Amino acid sequence: MEIILIFLSSAIVNNFVLAYFLGICPFVGVSSKLSSAFSMGMATTFVMVITAIVTWLIYNLILVPYNLEFLQYVSFILVIASLVQFVEMFVKKVSQPLYRALGIFLPLITTNCAILGLALFIVLKEYSFIEGIFYGIGAGVGFTMAISIMAGIREEIELADVPKAFRGAPITMIIAGILALAFMGFAGMISV
Amino acid sequence: MEPTLILAIATMGGLGLFFAAGLAIADKKLAVEDNPFVVKINEALPGVNCGACGKAGCYDFAVNVAEGTASVTGCPVGGSDTAKEIAMIMGVEAADSEIKTIPRILCKGGNSEAVNKMVDYYGPLSCSAMEIVSGGEKQCLYGCLGAGDCVDACPFDALVMNENGIPEVVPDLCTSCGICVKSCPRDIIEMHPIDQTVFVFCKNQDDPRTAKEVCNVACIACGICARKSDGGIEIINNVGVINYSLLDDTKIPFEKCKTGAIQKIDLELDLGIKMKKN
Repeated sequence: MEIILIFLSSAIVNNFVLAYFLGICPFVGVSSKLSSAFSMGMATTFVMVITAIVTWLIYNLILVPYNLEFLQYVSFILVIASLVQFVEMFVKKVSQPLYRALGIFLPLITTNCAILGLALFIVLKEYSFIEGIFYGIGAGVGFTMAISIMAGIREEIELADVPKAFRGAPITMIIAGILALAFMGFAGMISV
Repeated sequence: MEPTLILAIATMGGLGLFFAAGLAIADKKLAVEDNPFVVKINEALPGVNCGACGKAGCYDFAVNVAEGTASVTGCPVGGSDTAKEIAMIMGVEAADSEIKTIPRILCKGGNSEAVNKMVDYYGPLSCSAMEIVSGGEKQCLYGCLGAGDCVDACPFDALVMNENGIPEVVPDLCTSCGICVKSCPRDIIEMHPIDQTVFVFCKNQDDPRTAKEVCNVACIACGICARKSDGGIEIINNVGVINYSLLDDTKIPFEKCKTGAIQKIDLELDLGIKMKKN
């Protein structure tokens, strides 16, 4: 039960993008096409889940026993950077068009605050291993959901008659704001 | 030495080594060789990503050429120069590229021909919006809407709206990409070889009486051209349709067409005038 609540909490109620404002740059940068937005969401989810697993292991099995908690940022960043590098190689091997569509935003997952945020939240909230994994999956699903909704709306906006002054970045920010407003409706439903 | 210091160095060093080794293995296992042909072909292409070749973009086309699944002359935008360059990269002879095709706007019913208005339209000025909302101002439900979606869509500025509210093609700028064809909600624009001279400039499928009412230059399906054409022209859904493979334009009595919907255009005059506009 606790696990389901944690999952729902990180996916919807405390959505990383729309409630915590983490990971905004790919949220805006790669959300112009639904297909690449979804792939970006998948890549981020993958990195998030593996990060949750590996950082939990490193923190609880290496850093805590040797009183090296002060190394958490450095070691987490190391984990995340390695994982992103791996994902980049993998995507390039599997799908060249996707690799080109994600462009600079793929390596930018490295410094995506949503992912470092995830690793730090797990430490902060003192989650168990299983809870940490589900928190990671929830965060990834939440991110994928947010970026896909955004991309879906932006694809529709392409066809709409947007006033000239609002075209491009402004209307995107407005949409993001309204989406965040909508997700505020979930606020406080689960407090995990 | 402080034990924490040694531990810290050992931990970070160990982790670093571990991940570095992992990535080194992944790099070997997941290595992708960039095909040098693809890179060179991609550079030779116009890089507009218009999709006229039927591929997802210039890079995708380059990949297909390098793999032999697309023709070296497959880029209509680059024309024969690009084809030659790609052929040189691939080490093959470029066949003479086909005759250039240009879009033809098959409606002559501008503001001075389709005079009777159905409604006063105040919505967004785009053909696709007009088509959804009210079918535009003109009574003709098949003709050009005149808001210039094709002009906006053309990435090469090869379409201009004339004073009469009908778009015109500037053949010199046109690269035969066909984007305008897709942009027209009424499918009035068709791609034709540049030396094609006979067209039915009307798509109106109304019965002859309505057609005559809504536009002065509509095809009223009288069938005079079809009868003389030996199958070159057929009246389908109240409008003349040309079968270019059977067409013999010497047999068509153009002067007998009362509304002038079917025309043999003077290439020099037609294209010459537009070239001057440049």
